[in-house]
Amino acid sequence: MEPTGLVVERAARAKPTWRDLRHRWDTRYAPYAYIAPYFLLFSVFGLFPLLYTAWVSLQDRNLLDGDAATFIGVDNYVRLLTADPYFWNAMGNTLSLWLLTTVPQILFALGIAQLLNRRLRGRTFFRMGVLLPNITSVAAVTIIFAQLFGRDFGLVNWVLELFDAGRVDWQAGTASSHTAIAAMVVWRWTGYHALIFLASMQAIPSSVYEAARLDGANSWQQFWRITVPMLRPQIIFSTVIATAGNMRLLAEPLLFNPGTAASTGGSDRQFQTAALYLYEQGFGKFDFGYASAIAWLLLIATVLITGLSYLAARRIRTD
Amino acid sequence: MRRTGTAIGVGLLAASLLTACGGGAGDGKTRIAVGLFGNFGYQQLFEEYEKAHPDIDITDRTASYSDHHKNLAAHLATNNGAADIEAVDSGYINQFKATPDRFVELGDSLKDRWLEWKWEASLSKDGKQIGYGTDIGGLAICYRRDLLEAAGLPADRDAVSALWPDWESFMAKGREFQAKAPAGTKWFDGGPSLLNAIVGQAPTGYYNREDKIVVGDNPDIKKGWDLVAQGVADGLSAGLLYSTPPWNTGFKQGQFATVICPAWQMAKIKDQAPETAGKWDLAAVPGGGGNWGGSYLTVPKQGKNTDKAVELAAWLTAPEQQARVFASNNLLPSTKKALSEESVGRYQDPFFNNAPVGAVFTAAARALKPQYQGPKAGDVQTELGNAMQRVEQGKQGAQESWDQFVADVKKLEG
Repeated sequence: MEPTGLVVERAARAKPTWRDLRHRWDTRYAPYAYIAPYFLLFSVFGLFPLLYTAWVSLQDRNLLDGDAATFIGVDNYVRLLTADPYFWNAMGNTLSLWLLTTVPQILFALGIAQLLNRRLRGRTFFRMGVLLPNITSVAAVTIIFAQLFGRDFGLVNWVLELFDAGRVDWQAGTASSHTAIAAMVVWRWTGYHALIFLASMQAIPSSVYEAARLDGANSWQQFWRITVPMLRPQIIFSTVIATAGNMRLLAEPLLFNPGTAASTGGSDRQFQTAALYLYEQGFGKFDFGYASAIAWLLLIATVLITGLSYLAARRIRTD
Repeated sequence: MRRTGTAIGVGLLAASLLTACGGGAGDGKTRIAVGLFGNFGYQQLFEEYEKAHPDIDITDRTASYSDHHKNLAAHLATNNGAADIEAVDSGYINQFKATPDRFVELGDSLKDRWLEWKWEASLSKDGKQIGYGTDIGGLAICYRRDLLEAAGLPADRDAVSALWPDWESFMAKGREFQAKAPAGTKWFDGGPSLLNAIVGQAPTGYYNREDKIVVGDNPDIKKGWDLVAQGVADGLSAGLLYSTPPWNTGFKQGQFATVICPAWQMAKIKDQAPETAGKWDLAAVPGGGGNWGGSYLTVPKQGKNTDKAVELAAWLTAPEQQARVFASNNLLPSTKKALSEESVGRYQDPFFNNAPVGAVFTAAARALKPQYQGPKAGDVQTELGNAMQRVEQGKQGAQESWDQFVADVKKLEG
């Protein structure tokens, strides 16, 4: 260390004035004070519900009748993991929808960001435009998409028929219903991720591209070898956000199947996600303990999947 | 300049926040919120009540069927956020009456107003009344005169009622209809709703009186199942699930010639397809009697003005008001006096080709033998509907789907 620093330190220790003390406390503790509001709010609205849910998940408890709850240990978890095929069905649907939404979202967003990064007329208009789907109410989006994917009078089937492709009963099948729901999610979130990518694209120095061009790289090569690797942190961020969001997909599958049986996610639970199953158990059957156990398993699954997708996105690198 | 602008903006914001919060206390009125689903026909009654009680201010919140009941469950669980009066459908009343201490006990001073079974259906096990009955379902069949005529069937309502004394003949007529039906038209809207009506006629439904689910072993239900599944296989069903947007569109597009009509259904048809006025008519339901639906008004204990809320709920469900709601929205009264009221019995509806709606439904209400509903009747109904939909969507055969249904309802009891 530099000797001058030691001298200053010693001098301060020898005679700490009020001013010095205040300065030292300020640098040492003020950052904690600045971030405290977040942690306070998090512990009230995040941590406490989390722990309380864990406690409830160990009980046999009716939603409306907390006084009559009985402690049953891990029975709810055992039942879910070993004796409830509907839970696994819901988990499978969740994973399928996660794949069908996250991957296209990121790829489309990259493409759109690349297009918006060019010099176009009315650039700001288009840039704001891609965010529009995201600020529309999810209920409105879903109801309109459910109409588009209608069996008898839906626009999608009408177009399919123009091309002699035949009608599809979108709600009835597993693959078809997942496709329709994924379309809603992708439509809603692609613009959001595109704007994040666009912002970082503009921070990539143009000299990098100039150098690449001198080396004879075409624009496709530039995109995959320069742009995408340079966007790695943003792609990781987007993947994590998209994963966390899609693992708790609820509104889209719920509203895709309106009517009185909405929370079963189709006649054979073909698009019932884990969050929707939780909703059915908790608020349809009033089985609060069981629903809480689903919530915890969903949390664990989300952490696992997010970790996996983080590792996958990290593999993007420059050659 | 800019700073004054900001200051004014902040001031305005603060002022609007203050008025938004303080408005309630300012005029000294008691606010009563009423949570409803669908159309109860109360708008005019609210205005009238406010006029007669200047100290009361009524606001209504209406949500869809599922949202309404699930929100209510959440509000009761957290002891916060429920409206002062909350409507509960008969599909959900059993779940809520299992925890009567969440609701104000209404006592039995008004007991004699209602049909006995309606009163008993919302009593808790220990005899506490949690809800005043609003309407009951009753059953009839609404049919499209023009479509039946186009297929060479009689369109006159007595002749139509005579076409189907029982469900077997209903299906047989359906096959006749389908042979000559206009393109894109089916005999009935969807399997689940038809099956619901058949279930509603059986002496025992999903549960026995000991609260055990017996639907899997109930020969009446299985017979109905086989009949409807055969109808679906014969192409008589439009495959639409009731209370969904495609089903609503089906009314407009004339996708089906007949639909099960509990009294509340008529208001739905009018709302969904006003342009089909005069094309509809009303016939008797095959097999006679039966019930589907009907609601209650409950008063959650967490409300601030429970006394005034109880008073309003009692007024809204009084025979006089029920009779008026029948005239405006066709909701069939659940009180004895309103059912014997002349204005109700003689009511004819121009939308349904001046059908004697009042006579049909009051007769249906009197013929009604109430079926015992167990605690999870709503869930069993959902599973049965899903099972029939699987057949309709071609996902499973009738027997395979039935077996899965029986296994599914076993889980409900676990």
